[in-house]
Amino acid sequence: MTGLTFLIPIALLMGGAGLLAFFWAMRSGQYEDMDGAAHRILIDEDTDRDGDGEGEAKS
Amino acid sequence: MNAPDLSFDRGEAPLKGMRFTVPGMRCAGCIAKIERELPKVDGIVAARVNFSSKRVAIEHDPAVGEDALTEALLRLGFEAQPIEENPLGTEAAERKQLTRALGVAGFGMMNVMLLSVSIWSGAQGFTRELFHWLSALIAMPVIAYSGRPFFSSAWMALKYRRTNMDVPISIGVILATALSLYETITGGEHAYFESAVMLLFFLLAGRALDAEMRTRTRAGIGALLGRMGKSASVIGPDGATRRVPANALEPGMLVLVAAGEALAADGEIEEGRSTIDNSMLTGESAPESVGAGAQVHAGAINQSSPFRMRLTRTADDTAIAEIARLMDEAGQSRSTYVRIADRASRAYAPVVHALAALAFAGWMIAGAGWHQSLVIAIAVLIITCPCAMGLAVPTAQVVASGALLKRGLLVKDGSALERLAEVDVALFDKTGTLTLGEPRPDIGALNTAERQVALGLAQSSRHPLSKGLAKRLLEEGVQPAAIDNLEEVGGEGVSGMWGEVRVALERPQVETDRLAVTLKIGEEHTTLSFDDPLRADVPCTLALLRDENIEASILSGDRNAPVEAVARQLDIPAIAEASPQDKLAALEALREAGRFPLMVGDGLNDGPALAAAHASIAPGTASDASQQAADAVFIGEKLMPVALAVRVAKRTMVIVRQNFAFAIGYNALAVPLALFGYVTPLVAAIAMSLSSLVVVANSLRLAGSAR
Repeated sequence: MTGLTFLIPIALLMGGAGLLAFFWAMRSGQYEDMDGAAHRILIDEDTDRDGDGEGEAKS
Repeated sequence: MNAPDLSFDRGEAPLKGMRFTVPGMRCAGCIAKIERELPKVDGIVAARVNFSSKRVAIEHDPAVGEDALTEALLRLGFEAQPIEENPLGTEAAERKQLTRALGVAGFGMMNVMLLSVSIWSGAQGFTRELFHWLSALIAMPVIAYSGRPFFSSAWMALKYRRTNMDVPISIGVILATALSLYETITGGEHAYFESAVMLLFFLLAGRALDAEMRTRTRAGIGALLGRMGKSASVIGPDGATRRVPANALEPGMLVLVAAGEALAADGEIEEGRSTIDNSMLTGESAPESVGAGAQVHAGAINQSSPFRMRLTRTADDTAIAEIARLMDEAGQSRSTYVRIADRASRAYAPVVHALAALAFAGWMIAGAGWHQSLVIAIAVLIITCPCAMGLAVPTAQVVASGALLKRGLLVKDGSALERLAEVDVALFDKTGTLTLGEPRPDIGALNTAERQVALGLAQSSRHPLSKGLAKRLLEEGVQPAAIDNLEEVGGEGVSGMWGEVRVALERPQVETDRLAVTLKIGEEHTTLSFDDPLRADVPCTLALLRDENIEASILSGDRNAPVEAVARQLDIPAIAEASPQDKLAALEALREAGRFPLMVGDGLNDGPALAAAHASIAPGTASDASQQAADAVFIGEKLMPVALAVRVAKRTMVIVRQNFAFAIGYNALAVPLALFGYVTPLVAAIAMSLSSLVVVANSLRLAGSAR
């Protein structure tokens, strides 16, 4: 019984945290462009920092 | 991984936001290119791509105009059109509210379920009461928040003395909640918060998916109208030009169309010669050469030189607006087709409530007391929870779609498989569907030096034949020769200097019925002919369709001769020179004759036909609007996925029927037991979960069906 006094609040807090994370993700527009997200993973961030246009994926 | 935030402030003048539709984005490279290169242009602060809707949001200095931004995008190699602020904003807000309600219901369901399982497992006394109170504390706000879409819709219906699906749902949820609350306060044995929350969760999941589907259809129509020019340069009586927005244009106005501009209205050319890209209306990839007196349509792009045109039809009368309207209407007529799952669940929900009410009334009459009667009624509600029934269709469809995806076919909508399984006649567009849709040159006659020169010239031009030639040569690993003084004359060709020699790619002197260019190096002439070859596996695909008892034929907007040739080669009937309206009429005639046509096509001219067909498939190279209108899209150079789709769809329907039979059998067995009071809510919950698992396992058998 005493275990429950810890476990239930913990379970609720974790669930609540998940819910808040979901709301945050929605508000910050992460569900706006689902197809784009799948493609963005392929963009190599390190190339083309100096802006010479070399080594960049061509369309 | 996160792209630049659009809202940062540099402490300068307030920035302006502007959105463009950029249909040319195809891959990660395009996203990277736009987001990295655009901010390097003066006055542009940030650019953010939305790949799903093919849009770019640009944050810029107010001093930079619309034209400059379009020009900047064009220099990166993307055609772009500015768009108005989203007029469908209210709908997006509604979708977001549904998603939020779904999230809250999911959270509530998981927690309440956890507490309920411990109660069902035999929690007693204080623990049970505590858990009931906790469930109530979680469930009440969750039901109040997540139930709003249903309550408000039911209230609206009742206010106007009508009834809809949301009325019994709302009554059920409110009754179950009220009884549970009473039980909790009086320290009773059972509370049914979990049933109420679960019901809301599953219903919301269905609504959210439905809203998503509708948004996509709208996006397709938006993409189509986005291709129309947004404004035009009207020539006044004094000869001066002014920009007039597309919706303010009127028939009779004289308009100057610059090279590279998209036409904003239909009209007739009065002065000038040019070539126009009409591919979005006719599906024909070769540019059309036009002169005075020629009819041109909104959405076409002027490729070479400026011309003057007299407008005949504007705004909502244009041919392209007509196509958009046809697509919208055809899409609506299809969505009224009642699908199996819909029919079942629509009939099912009232039956559940009627049964529960009947159980309550029956036990009251039998003298069981109102408490026991209610408990039995709620056990009936739980055990008849249409989970197995609800899973029967979607699980089978998800597994089948996954199997097809591995073979290069993307099914966009679960119901598409149901419709694909019913097709009995297939209509194919020619260009871009049976054929690859790209001109492929025959370069066997060229030696190495000639190939290098040809590539050097072809690379500099955006003409489709040049692009096809350059692609073919690059595939062969040819290095381009350095060509100076490159010059392109619209409708004629490109020319330049290769060292001391004048070289050119030109329109051939002799008129042929095939696409061709002449490569000139000094005095030497070589003529290259272009073909649009058939996809390699067209005969096998047609044979496989014949095995499934589906007749195939060609329905093309192309000229008679080439269509005839292909039809003879494949030994199937063909209709040529069909306008978008003709195609639509042909499909409607088939449907009226009681047939279930499958339309396979790529051009914008196929859009209405794709939307009106019983089921439709478009190749991955099709225009955005066609891809949006189609039920499925196949990728790559093979046509085989089309035939596979039909075969897998048929097997899917077999599995779906098995699932339905099982779910109905389960209910036929479990409901009487519950009605006669032999089932506790715990047994009901376990039986319900098991029935769902059986359905899922059966659906998994489809995983290998596309082999």
